[in-house]
Amino acid sequence: MSIEVNESQPAAHTPVRPTRPFYWSVRRELWDNPSIYMAPLIAAGVVLLGCLLTAYRLPQMRRAALLLESTRQRAAIEMHYDVAALMIMFTAFIVAVFYSLDALHGERRDRSILFWKSMPVSDRITVLSKAVVPLVIVPLLTFIIVQVTQLIMLLITSAALATSGLAGTTWAILPIFRLSVILFYGLITSALWAAPLYGWLLLVGGYARRATFLWAVLPWLALCAIEKIVMGTAYLAHMVGQRVTGNFEEAFVVVQYPKGAHVPIVDRLTQLDPLKFLSSPGLWIGLIVAAGFIAAAIQQRRYRGPL
Amino acid sequence: MASIEARGLRKAFGTTVALAGINLRVEEGRILGLIGPNGAGKSTALNAILGITPFEGELRVLGRDPWNERDRLMRDVCFIADVAVLPRWMRVSQALDYVAGVHPRFDRAQAEGFLAKTEIKRTSKIRQLSKGMVAQLHLALVMAIDAKLLVLDEPTLGLDILYRKAFYDSLLNDYFDGSRTIVVTTHQVEEIQHVLTDLMFINHGRIVLECSMEEFEARYAEVMVHPDHLAEAQALRPIHSRQMFGRSILLFDHVDREQLAALGEVRTPGIADLFVALMGDKASAPEGAAK
Repeated sequence: MSIEVNESQPAAHTPVRPTRPFYWSVRRELWDNPSIYMAPLIAAGVVLLGCLLTAYRLPQMRRAALLLESTRQRAAIEMHYDVAALMIMFTAFIVAVFYSLDALHGERRDRSILFWKSMPVSDRITVLSKAVVPLVIVPLLTFIIVQVTQLIMLLITSAALATSGLAGTTWAILPIFRLSVILFYGLITSALWAAPLYGWLLLVGGYARRATFLWAVLPWLALCAIEKIVMGTAYLAHMVGQRVTGNFEEAFVVVQYPKGAHVPIVDRLTQLDPLKFLSSPGLWIGLIVAAGFIAAAIQQRRYRGPL
Repeated sequence: MASIEARGLRKAFGTTVALAGINLRVEEGRILGLIGPNGAGKSTALNAILGITPFEGELRVLGRDPWNERDRLMRDVCFIADVAVLPRWMRVSQALDYVAGVHPRFDRAQAEGFLAKTEIKRTSKIRQLSKGMVAQLHLALVMAIDAKLLVLDEPTLGLDILYRKAFYDSLLNDYFDGSRTIVVTTHQVEEIQHVLTDLMFINHGRIVLECSMEEFEARYAEVMVHPDHLAEAQALRPIHSRQMFGRSILLFDHVDREQLAALGEVRTPGIADLFVALMGDKASAPEGAAK
């Protein structure tokens, strides 16, 4: 009986519908920023076009590759797939950087912040929905786009090699499943490793009135220069550079590159080193700093209106 | 219960005082016009009410502290600033999806109903709509929200007169039901005179005048004085006088209407004329006002 009474109480108003502010805030980000998926898709298109245009040379290249000993054989075949993955990942990284820098700036520039703030969505949910884009959405999208691109490449090369009877060699030599696992691991670890970078960019975008890129970069350059002049060291420059260039040394066992391969080859699961990564103080310090930047961005958005 | 209650509401930007500690009480079911020149503190007051700007002093909106409970407050408060705040990249259908997704009191079917009466296409991006259509869209979104307080900050800025009239007509006919409270600021004062139940003039961060429209009509009278009676009329101490077609139009405060009727044609002044009388002269000739 008491339940009925409770339900009838808010009858003066229309019943409160359940809402999903976080989900819709993330969707809003994807509507506003189609470049999040368009840019990696375009990179994938360029990769596939290149793959198509060079397909006629493939039988010849494959015959040459098959003459090599097994490690270098695999490296030669894998290289194309690695280059494809790296190009798409690099594009996605650039998109994530510029997205983060503009996420809290664009809404002030176009005054739409007044509309967003007129909705029952807290600043915490808003900022977190923006932080989730470079940290979760972009890596996931990148994973899917790279996987599909590599699958299409596989089909193109198989078709190109079919006439010379070599189609089976790719499938026999290329460790398809292993490469997926490595890609997934690599994307997660680099997102976590770069978290303070994205947090900083979010914060600067919310803080600066204009020239967000300069605000994001110049303070670090200035600090690095001061360190160099005063102490003659370059620890800060090294630290910052490491955040930007990524997690490779932290998350993987680096091996000698096989000769003839132009990119570092990671194709064995034993090269993944999650324990080293998780026990790296750099990761945890970075995550704490990222949390601090994001908390500051949330606090700051309360005070922000249109520019 | 009062919808808005402020005591000593103050806000300064550096050394510029935008709100000099105002007291304010807006009862439920009122339509308050907040009138003032540019930079008077209107928008600052509204921003404080909406939880967009921090403030000093006490302020409760629907019983809540807007600065610390903005997201919770916005379930019961709607806000239309000028027409440029809807995100221009959004499609109309996305705007409907988004508000339906985050607002617990939004009735999507009702919003679709309002939109059906307009030319607005569901697939259009907001940047493709005319200013008037953007205002219609925002109003459709807001009117479909079952809110207790609606705040309008220059909602019809830049719209032509047909859209402005339609805007206030739908607000009154389709939205206002006597239990909601509306606070509106605008420079097009004459157009909302018949809409308001209460009036507030604000200047230099202070409230200059605060009255209901009944009080306004009872208190102020405007007389087009026959030249023969001019000296007699001046003796009644008009608060303002202006010339039109060679006749003097005098504005009186707290003067008996029957007494005024003997001097010429008596009518209720426009809000704009009272505004000029109370503020225009002070601004242009502070020494004359000091007398």
